[in-house]
Amino acid sequence: MSSNAIALEGVSAAYGQSRVVHSISLAVAPGDAATILGRNGVGKTTLLRTIVGLHPAASGRIVLDGDDVTEARAFTRARRGVGYVPQGRGVFQHLTVEENLELGLAALRGRPGGGGTVPGHVFEIFPVLDRLRGRKAGLLSGGEAQQLSIGRALVTRPRLLILDEPTEGIQPSVVQQIADALAVIRRELKVAVLLVEQYLAFAWSVGERFYVMRGGRIVMQGETAAQAPESVAHLLNI
Amino acid sequence: MTELGLVASQLFNGISLGSILLLAALGLALSFGLMNVINMAHGELLMMGGYLAYLAYRMPVGPWRLPLALLLAAAGAALFGALLELTVVRRLYGRPLDTLLATWGVSLLMQQGARSLFGPVGVEVTAPDWLAGAIPLRSIGLPGVELPLVRLFIIAVAGVVLAGLALVLTRSRWGRLVRAVQEDRDMAEALGINSRRVDLVIFMIGTGVAGLAGAALALIAPVTPTVGQSYIVYAFLVVIVGGLGSLTGTAAAALAVGLLSAWLQVFTSVSLADVLLLVVVMAFIQVRPRGIVTRLSRALEEA
Repeated sequence: MSSNAIALEGVSAAYGQSRVVHSISLAVAPGDAATILGRNGVGKTTLLRTIVGLHPAASGRIVLDGDDVTEARAFTRARRGVGYVPQGRGVFQHLTVEENLELGLAALRGRPGGGGTVPGHVFEIFPVLDRLRGRKAGLLSGGEAQQLSIGRALVTRPRLLILDEPTEGIQPSVVQQIADALAVIRRELKVAVLLVEQYLAFAWSVGERFYVMRGGRIVMQGETAAQAPESVAHLLNI
Repeated sequence: MTELGLVASQLFNGISLGSILLLAALGLALSFGLMNVINMAHGELLMMGGYLAYLAYRMPVGPWRLPLALLLAAAGAALFGALLELTVVRRLYGRPLDTLLATWGVSLLMQQGARSLFGPVGVEVTAPDWLAGAIPLRSIGLPGVELPLVRLFIIAVAGVVLAGLALVLTRSRWGRLVRAVQEDRDMAEALGINSRRVDLVIFMIGTGVAGLAGAALALIAPVTPTVGQSYIVYAFLVVIVGGLGSLTGTAAAALAVGLLSAWLQVFTSVSLADVLLLVVVMAFIQVRPRGIVTRLSRALEEA
């Protein structure tokens, strides 16, 4: 199992007494990508936040590169290679693009070659960030902010990149750029990608594995190469 | 005293009071704004700074007494603040009402502690000779108006503390971490920032400033076990009028409250001026519920 970048073993999560994520098991290997699909309110975001460490796991194990991090706080998981691109992008509005990127350097503390500056490959993957370095992040368009959020996660040198609906509210041309960027990130940086997505075409173009969630459980899973997107549509449409 | 002289002296009194309120409120604004923690023991940390200054003044260090007193008060209060954060505030995270009660309890303990150690009667800290005089404004056409050097010194201390904090928060790498945690704590954590440590340091700075304020105030008024109580209400008033988590707002509010209070006292008694001040503040909060500077962090909106 330790060959996986991330492995969940029966992970559950709850808000108070009400359990919203039930015994989820999944794994993603380095350089692979998996998509979690599902309607609104089925526990997708809670599951991602549990992996990142922003929500406690009620039971089960979260294994990162062979190490159990179930009890670890979010900032230590970030320092051990979990990059997070939240829903709504989570950029710091009052800070500039460059300052946002530099905050990602905090995750490199205690790692070999840590500290220093924002690596150049971030600007190669997202050239727009180089042009907008000095701009306040609150003034960016949705697509620019999304690229900043992914770029910033790359600064933390992740081994697992977690994205929550990266295409939400973004124009098609930028969606294509993000898909291309994710392909580079997987191929050249050997980063495992786990994303939550409602947009089926994007999910199929990015990931080779998919999981469909319903009522906090995985109700269907498979390979995107083996099944057509239409085969899961009935689980997603209302 | 001429009419112009009266205006000038009340203006100075207002600025002086404003600087005192600023020193008392800055630490509160930091912990309230960043951590959403209402520290009811803040006034007692001010009191503690006053007593530490009193102790420093009894050491045979000659001309270095005043700087030593300020330093000891700030460092002592900051250390006590660290203890308070680690043992009480941190344990009650996300439970603002419990924090309020617990820190209130701490404030009562500290008051009784001071009473046991130093007695119920206030102790005096005399300002050094070089701060004993006053600058007369007769030469610029304002006979009868004098600016006491001690008050000018306190205004200077408040200015230096404000400028120092602003510089650290806006220019330093560490200040950037603070602003990130303030805007979106979860995202900051997800980027590898230990937000609890940022909290601890901010709380220490806030309590350290309170201690410094206590030492500065000891120069103009006796230190008593309950001296903190007389400032805490105004400090909260300033923080609320200023807007949570904004240094600019806190500074503007301290000056506004100070000037208004001094101006009201020209027309009426001190206690009625307080009542009117409160009425004005309540009216202001109706118009601008989030204070002068409305830059609320997401963390606070959700709380």
